[in-house]
Amino acid sequence: MYKRNIYKVLSSEPLSAKTRKMVLEGDTQYITAAGQFVNVEVEGKFLRRPISVCDYDDKSITLLYDIVGEGTKAMSLWAEGKQVDLLTGLGNGFSENRGCHHPALLGGGIGCAPLYNLAKKLIAKGAQPVVILGFNSAKDVVSKDMFEALGVETYIATVDGSEGTKGFVTDVIREKGLECDYFYACGPMPMLRAVCNSIEWAGEVSLDERMACGFGVCMCCSIETKSGAKRICKEGPVFSKEDLIWK
Amino acid sequence: MVLSGVRLDNPVIPASGCFGYGYGMADYYDINILGSISFKGTTREARYGNPLPRVAECREGMINAVGLQNPGIDAVIAEELPKMREKFHKPIIANISGFSIDEYVECCAKIDKEEQVEIIELNVSCPNVHGGGMSFGTSPESVAEVVKAVKKVITKPLYVKLTPNVTDIVAIAKAAEKAGADGICLINTMLGMRIDTRTRKPVIANKMGGFSGAAVFPVAVRMVYQVSKACGIPVIGCGGVESAEDVVEMMMAGATAVEVGAANLRNPYASKEIVEALPDVMQRLGIERLTDIIGIVE
Repeated sequence: MYKRNIYKVLSSEPLSAKTRKMVLEGDTQYITAAGQFVNVEVEGKFLRRPISVCDYDDKSITLLYDIVGEGTKAMSLWAEGKQVDLLTGLGNGFSENRGCHHPALLGGGIGCAPLYNLAKKLIAKGAQPVVILGFNSAKDVVSKDMFEALGVETYIATVDGSEGTKGFVTDVIREKGLECDYFYACGPMPMLRAVCNSIEWAGEVSLDERMACGFGVCMCCSIETKSGAKRICKEGPVFSKEDLIWK
Repeated sequence: MVLSGVRLDNPVIPASGCFGYGYGMADYYDINILGSISFKGTTREARYGNPLPRVAECREGMINAVGLQNPGIDAVIAEELPKMREKFHKPIIANISGFSIDEYVECCAKIDKEEQVEIIELNVSCPNVHGGGMSFGTSPESVAEVVKAVKKVITKPLYVKLTPNVTDIVAIAKAAEKAGADGICLINTMLGMRIDTRTRKPVIANKMGGFSGAAVFPVAVRMVYQVSKACGIPVIGCGGVESAEDVVEMMMAGATAVEVGAANLRNPYASKEIVEALPDVMQRLGIERLTDIIGIVE
């Protein structure tokens, strides 16, 4: 179930040159799982902007987002107290009840965002997740401190080697010889492809795509899976590794 | 309002492709508040559609190139329609697409037998695979040909949904009427394109797509006006409608009913809010019955 509601900006701050964190106050009862998203109305823009929920509690939603275009640029200018129209409770989140003990949480760039609430949920269930985050460069690294504050083992990979392991999240797994029993991944398509093709553990990934509605009627984000066409916004955004077709 | 004998409680109809089969929206509000629903464009075979990305933001609108993704006519009848009927108890408009006359005929004959489908809306904007790929809707002759063929196999009113991407919309509408169409629906989307200036590539994978949203409203009003003046059959107005005021304007231009498209994608409650706002807008504008204003503009 999703719901349209008005939220109030509680805080908005930069985490890096392109990534920002925004906390919104309002009704969160329709958010039921880590990995769901909200669709944010931006004045002057025809379509909403779908953004993963990074964290939520009973009265606030935390979003991490990159400024990539005019819509997210406009969002970055929203001041405290600004009223914002959101659809919440969109999509199915990660499967939090896999019963895995030592899952790997793999984030690429802003794909780190939905893994944060997932890490909290998994820890609460007694699992010991390991978090591996990949970025282009040290200056782009965000959320590392947030994960570390949860007390989880956190590794960083950067493409230019300016922080952590040089390369990608998959290089960290190899270099550290990590042994996990499941993975959850979110990030750009080339990263997800590499993760699905090179990691033997079972797992699931959260996909991102340009959307119009975000609630399943327009078919703009439909992908072909092994079990037929699926809407990223409705049946996804999280899909099992086994269900995806990599072309 | 009455569309070729089909009575609607109000003129507001979510447009094809912007509301799925309706039942998905029934979790959020009682969809029986709507006059009708035009369901997702249906073809003979199941279609996955175009590669992603399929959508681009525009000023006051959007471009989509979904490519008629649908499960095919048999699956629509077996699976989607029963779910739709469970939630929606008003007349249903079946939107049918095709890439050949045979396909239109076969799909329309099948859907015509379905209870609660009271109007068949023929999407003639698809390319004709036997006609060099040119859209059926761009020539009076091919529109007439497909309308004549379909009319032979159906008993329910046939509304032809016209593409605005033509030089003379009136000639096409008149050809549809002469061939036996019971009504006209217009406009479908306008062909558009966006380019990502950073990547120097089109935003959508199909390069071009259908432009819709508030920006096309004046074009839709103009075409509804021209066609309703030139033809004697009812017109369903469609294109950029976002408010009850827009519904009234479209009806003054000549529409008997009005479809709401892209507005549903930004605001899932758009169609419902328009229905609810109509009485106040009518009162403010001194309109006693909406049927009084249909085509009132000289």
